Amino acid sequence: MAEERPEWWKTDFGPPHYELMLPEVLKKNYGKWAYHEVVKCGVIKRVAESGDTIYVVRFGTPRLLSIYTIKELCDIADKYTGGYLRWTSRHNVEFILTDESKIDDLIKEVQERTGFPCGGTWDAPTGKYALSNIIHTQGWIHCHTPAIDASGIVKAVMDELYEYFVEMKLPAMCRISLACCGNMCGAVHASDISIVGIHRAPPLVDDDAVRRTCELPSTAAACPNAAIRIKAKEKTVEVDGEKCMYCGNCYTMCPGMPLFDPENDGAAILCAGKVSDARHRPELSKVVVPWVPNEPPRWPTLVSYVKKIFLAWAENARKHERMAEFVERIGWERFFDLAGIEFTEHLIDDFRIVPFMYDSYRVGTQFRW
Amino acid sequence: MSETPLLDQIPDGPWPSFVKEIRKTAEIQDKLVAEGKEIKMPGSARGLLKQLERSYKDKRTHWKHGGIVAVVGYGGGVIGRYSDLEDEIPEVHHFHTIRVNMPAGWFYTTKALRQLCDAWEKWGSGITNFHGSTGDIILLGTRSEYLQPMFEEMMRMDPPFDIGGSGSDLRTPSACMGPAMCEFACYDTLDLCYELTMEFQNELHRPMWPYKFKFKCSGCPNDCVAAKARSDFAIIGTWKDEIQIDQEAVREYAKWMDIENEVVKLCPTGAIKWDGKELTIDNKNCVRCMHCINKMPKALKPGKERGATILIGGKAPFVEGAILGWVAVPFIEIKKPYTEIKEMAERLWEWWDDVGKFRERVGELIWRRGMREFLRVIGKDVDVRMIRYPRTNPFMFFEKHELRPSKYLEELDKKGVKIRSFTYGEEEE
Repeated sequence: MAEERPEWWKTDFGPPHYELMLPEVLKKNYGKWAYHEVVKCGVIKRVAESGDTIYVVRFGTPRLLSIYTIKELCDIADKYTGGYLRWTSRHNVEFILTDESKIDDLIKEVQERTGFPCGGTWDAPTGKYALSNIIHTQGWIHCHTPAIDASGIVKAVMDELYEYFVEMKLPAMCRISLACCGNMCGAVHASDISIVGIHRAPPLVDDDAVRRTCELPSTAAACPNAAIRIKAKEKTVEVDGEKCMYCGNCYTMCPGMPLFDPENDGAAILCAGKVSDARHRPELSKVVVPWVPNEPPRWPTLVSYVKKIFLAWAENARKHERMAEFVERIGWERFFDLAGIEFTEHLIDDFRIVPFMYDSYRVGTQFRW
Repeated sequence: MSETPLLDQIPDGPWPSFVKEIRKTAEIQDKLVAEGKEIKMPGSARGLLKQLERSYKDKRTHWKHGGIVAVVGYGGGVIGRYSDLEDEIPEVHHFHTIRVNMPAGWFYTTKALRQLCDAWEKWGSGITNFHGSTGDIILLGTRSEYLQPMFEEMMRMDPPFDIGGSGSDLRTPSACMGPAMCEFACYDTLDLCYELTMEFQNELHRPMWPYKFKFKCSGCPNDCVAAKARSDFAIIGTWKDEIQIDQEAVREYAKWMDIENEVVKLCPTGAIKWDGKELTIDNKNCVRCMHCINKMPKALKPGKERGATILIGGKAPFVEGAILGWVAVPFIEIKKPYTEIKEMAERLWEWWDDVGKFRERVGELIWRRGMREFLRVIGKDVDVRMIRYPRTNPFMFFEKHELRPSKYLEELDKKGVKIRSFTYGEEEE
């Protein structure tokens, strides 16, 4: 029976219409932009067919924001942009200015009040690229399945690569991303460099929790390797430890399948994926470091691997050549040499899915020595 | 001694610190509470720091599996989260997430943001994510009893904010900035995103499928929202006719740009020629990769016959492995009210509901059942643009109507051997 609802009550009303959120200059020139150019790192000039010009000023944020920081950003936006703000798909915040003379004051004020750096842009015409922000997931801040933290690793990596965010000195676009487990809320599987949390030991079945909270068939069906067997009499399941590859999908289905081992959880590092179609078609990222341990608060081993991979590319790639294109040109043999990382047996695919396995094996005798 | 010696090492370095954000929230809220302000979750930001410090020490999460929490009438959009350190840190015992459906393209007025911040100061931790991985505004941390009052405040905001998707439902659709700021947009990404979101409010708010489903709208093949990798149904702007060239503007670029090496030689199909005066493009061979347009935005523009390519199946690794979306519809016009796209999605969902396995994304379902069946479901014809190369094995299925009548078939029929025959929807007997 429906309760009496107040007159303001509503449901399924959806997000605010985007037009309500656009400054006048964007409404006026909607769909009628002529071109853009990057004035300096972090500042994009966009010119409309009408001649109207805007300056989009971009700042990196830590993704996790205090409401008090957002309010400060709002104060600044009220002062400089007439009360409008935008976020990018990579956790950067943007201010849309119409007055070029205000750019420097805006940058100064954002940096003084929030500490957020201006940068993260790319300028294809001149072939100068900055590193954009790392997209990432919750990690230990708020997730129940992570094998690694997210924000802490991102902070450690970006501290190390900071100069590349605030200056456009890379040969091409580089997208770094992080997901704290294989569920991969960040869907980081097509990035130039990605960091993925992995477990390395099978679930330790909590029979009591399985009985209380899980549906047995769906728990068993959650396993891509058929490693979970239902023990119907005991109303629980058992795991074949030799078949399990620790993806954790069963744990997302059933709280009775925890697989946290602080000593053995850690991160795999992948690279050479992309989603843009520019030049080279989109590609999945490939695992190049099978595991690094969790080393909070600064993850030195992980950061050093990311930096090695990043520099191997940044110092040797040609203009406009992204990681995937770079590796295709030089070959994986050279890549492992240049990055100074070891190729191990873990890096040859043996997950059971045939299309993936076969597609990645090299047919023919063409390779480099 | 500090309560958080490990986290204290985080603010080191020039990149903005999330720990500083949490600490700032805690400090301001302590002060506000002392001044008598109504804050329902006092101390929760400090509690979060304590719990995170424990995770940094123990090298593992201290969040438990969420129970079922929701707001009235909705099945998704709120994620239950409980601490396993409830006795030690009661301030974060309940720390549920609310996903708030962001406006398309992540454009905001400060007025709208301030209203959300004020409500979240009162009913939650004061901590947010701008934005979550799917694109929602994430409000991080409140108790079960404050979910409903928070949502009721959201209903009464000007403009009101609704809740986003979670679980096995339509996840909050997202879009690049599109025509609002970008000259490359081949269709109105913001409007399509908004209209899909509004059309499918029921699917967004009430999980009813085998697993999640994502739409993402990118205005051109640069794909700034990574739709190809991150959505089951990626709508990527493209064009069919000729790239528009302003030769005068090309010559301007030529004054300082090495067009031969940076444009001509990097064209993946060798479709561009530059003789020092004129740039010519063999549009029949252009694969619309965007490189030359990215290089010379003042001189080159996408063609005039614009629309989108739909890629299907993109997803993260669970369960069968990561998938990049592949071509399902090479070209489709994107015209309001977007009926064709909406109907295609509905047919796809119905099929998935019928034959999909639990936790099987549509990409995996198509792998299992085949493109042939999928194309019949969405009512589209096969096209060579869907593949990189034809199959390399001869183990093809043939259907009854494709075979010639024969004595042999009659014998099979007598023995009760069934020949494959696939029909879907109204064609079904």
